[in-house]
Amino acid sequence: MSGSGEAVGAILILVGAIFSLISAIGGIRLPDVYTRSHAASKSSTLGVLCALAGTLLYFLISDGIFSVRLILGIFFVFLTAPVAAHVLCRSAYRNDVPMAGAVEDELAQYYGMNKDDQGTVEKDVVKLDASSISMIDKEASLHTSET
Amino acid sequence: MKPNNVILQTVTRVAVFIIFTFSIYLFMSGHHQPGGGFIGGLSTAAAIVLLYLSFGIEKVRENIPVDFKKLAAVGVFIAVGTGLVSIVYGQPFLTQTFGHVNLPIFGDTELASAMVFDTGVALAVIGTAVNIILSISEDR
Repeated sequence: MSGSGEAVGAILILVGAIFSLISAIGGIRLPDVYTRSHAASKSSTLGVLCALAGTLLYFLISDGIFSVRLILGIFFVFLTAPVAAHVLCRSAYRNDVPMAGAVEDELAQYYGMNKDDQGTVEKDVVKLDASSISMIDKEASLHTSET
Repeated sequence: MKPNNVILQTVTRVAVFIIFTFSIYLFMSGHHQPGGGFIGGLSTAAAIVLLYLSFGIEKVRENIPVDFKKLAAVGVFIAVGTGLVSIVYGQPFLTQTFGHVNLPIFGDTELASAMVFDTGVALAVIGTAVNIILSISEDR
């Protein structure tokens, strides 16, 4: 009974350790922030999940203990690690960290366009308001003069 | 350009509930397992700081209308009060006791008066930690 638990736990924890090692190698070998974040977030999350699942199954099979904390930890890491990578990459992009060998940057166009649009649109709105108000005033004065 | 924090805010809404639940679990399990008032209060403060980070100080202050300085003071008051109660019963200061009580749902439960002391510690820790973060983050 305890032998099968140890086998399942050992295999899952070994797989998790290998994924974490691959993630660390990716963090060293890849050229810029975005590819490093890609390596660090995905495979280290999977590595941690495998290690936690291995621990959960080991204690479940060999000792009959169902640890709710490990389930909660698996869910929590699965939920938050990609969001942390997203926030890191986003702040790097907004601080103009360069991309290594980028062929096309569609977001730059969208980002710059949006920035410009915001300014001009606001100015246009202000102008429109002022001119429309003066138009309305003119019309009102015309009407009063006509009557 | 208005920042669009929808991913961070949505995940915060889910994660904060998990952190609050886990901190209550840590607080309750302090008597027989690892945990207790300090770590429970600290993880609650971490959840509140996560709320501050993703939603902004003003919005959280509207929705959690708690003065954290007063919260820390109330915590210290409760902790000292549990010590004074033991003097009332003729025992030395901070003497703790426990007893078995039949609760309706939980059955035979061991309730200790150290729980009240732990509540005071947790409130003091929450108040102090959140107050430090708030006073660092504001320009005053």
